[in-house]
Amino acid sequence: MSAEAIAINMAARASIWLRPHRIVLILIALALVLCATFFMRWDWLPQYWEMGLMGLWRSLWILAVTCALGFALAVPLGLAQAGGPIWFSAPAKAFCTIIRGTPLLLQLWLLYYGLGSIFPQYPWIRESWLWPYLRQAWPYAVVALTFSFAGYEGEVMRGAFAGVPRGQLEAARAFGMSRWKIFRRIWLPQAFYRALPTLTGETVLQLKSTPLVATISVIDIFAVSAKVRQDTYLTYEPLLLLALIYMTITGILVFVFSRIEARIPVKIG
Amino acid sequence: MELLSPVAPGWGGTLLVGLLHSIEIAVGATCLGLMIGTAGAFGKLYGGPVTRDLLAVYTTIVRAVPELVLILLLYYAGTDLINQMLTAIGYQRVDISGLAAGIFVLGFVQGAYSTEVIRGAILAIPQGQIEAARAYGMSPGLMLRRITLPAMLPFAIPGLANLWLIATKDTALLAVVGFFELTLATRQAAGVTKAYLLFYLAAGALYLALTLFSNLIIGRVEAWSRRGMPSVKEAR
Repeated sequence: MSAEAIAINMAARASIWLRPHRIVLILIALALVLCATFFMRWDWLPQYWEMGLMGLWRSLWILAVTCALGFALAVPLGLAQAGGPIWFSAPAKAFCTIIRGTPLLLQLWLLYYGLGSIFPQYPWIRESWLWPYLRQAWPYAVVALTFSFAGYEGEVMRGAFAGVPRGQLEAARAFGMSRWKIFRRIWLPQAFYRALPTLTGETVLQLKSTPLVATISVIDIFAVSAKVRQDTYLTYEPLLLLALIYMTITGILVFVFSRIEARIPVKIG
Repeated sequence: MELLSPVAPGWGGTLLVGLLHSIEIAVGATCLGLMIGTAGAFGKLYGGPVTRDLLAVYTTIVRAVPELVLILLLYYAGTDLINQMLTAIGYQRVDISGLAAGIFVLGFVQGAYSTEVIRGAILAIPQGQIEAARAYGMSPGLMLRRITLPAMLPFAIPGLANLWLIATKDTALLAVVGFFELTLATRQAAGVTKAYLLFYLAAGALYLALTLFSNLIIGRVEAWSRRGMPSVKEAR
């Protein structure tokens, strides 16, 4: 692209933002932000700054771990439903239906309060090496969020696996590839490319479910804002800042995924 | 097991009342969401530049912020605002009922999602049908009633059905602000009787039954809205 074309492109991009009504809207938004900055109370910020960062880190950590584990679980779930024999596909389908049919909050409380109240009754669990973990809240949060992600994404992967053209798999078999190699080199990558656009949405949905872990006493960013509200009796400021933080993370996620998507060839099969 | 019986010593009745409240809120929120969604979709498609930008801001923000945060914000801000307005024009403060607040909050969230669903469905209508309606000289209202809404239904129903299922599950979030619905009822019952696992499993079964029952109805409605259209199977 020549320098001239770039200049035209940039001018076109700028003109989208600089139409008269947009300028007015942007000014109004700026005024609102300034009002919020000067007329609302933010003096609690320095005190809770470190705690907030810790909470943010924990939220992101839970998001990353549950998405990775959930996706790893979604692949066999999708595969079992797409091409497995009935004794694999039926339990996988039942799992996805149950996860998608009940609220995540209920699943979380079922695991934490339900299972958490059962475990201490068995001495052999209390003596096992797992007990120090089972006494904390975060393993339950991770398990519940992982299952939730796997349930939703497993359904997507089922469609993605089923959508890979048969010719591709037949060609791979004609090359004499083993079943594992077909899966690893042909079936999984093509299914993954197909599932990638929905993966963005699922990850954002997962981010939006992470605040639920605060209800079982995991100190994530939402729990920190709840604590600020309790300590300072402020209703709006912590919540508004929290909303801004989540919007920023969502924006970053969407941007990163769109960059990844752009690197992937569009036309497959 | 007798803990689940619907009469006094058991808590089954409490759970069923909770389920009823959940369904009430989900129905109300979906209806409100559909109204907002239809208006929003038309605003996005046919509105002026300012309307479009404002609607874009609305859908983007609502879809980027967790429902739990929105519920807290709107729940407090909404009731606070109404009370301040009432005191400003000289009325007494009122207690907003949890039901109304819940429906408003979830409906506001649902509205953003259904705006996008309905907008996509309207865009999927073959352009010729709308042009033909205009050529017949139909007024915008008549065209909406006779052409646009019925023609967009088959495209919109899968998305809207999804939204209904999300609404039934989002009602559980209202437990966090203390509204008495199925999840909070379960928590209370479990807390009193200490039979945590039993009650959470029972509530899960109720939610699941609601979802499966909805799926059954949705299948019927979808088949009805597609009547007269060539089936996808035959087209292949």
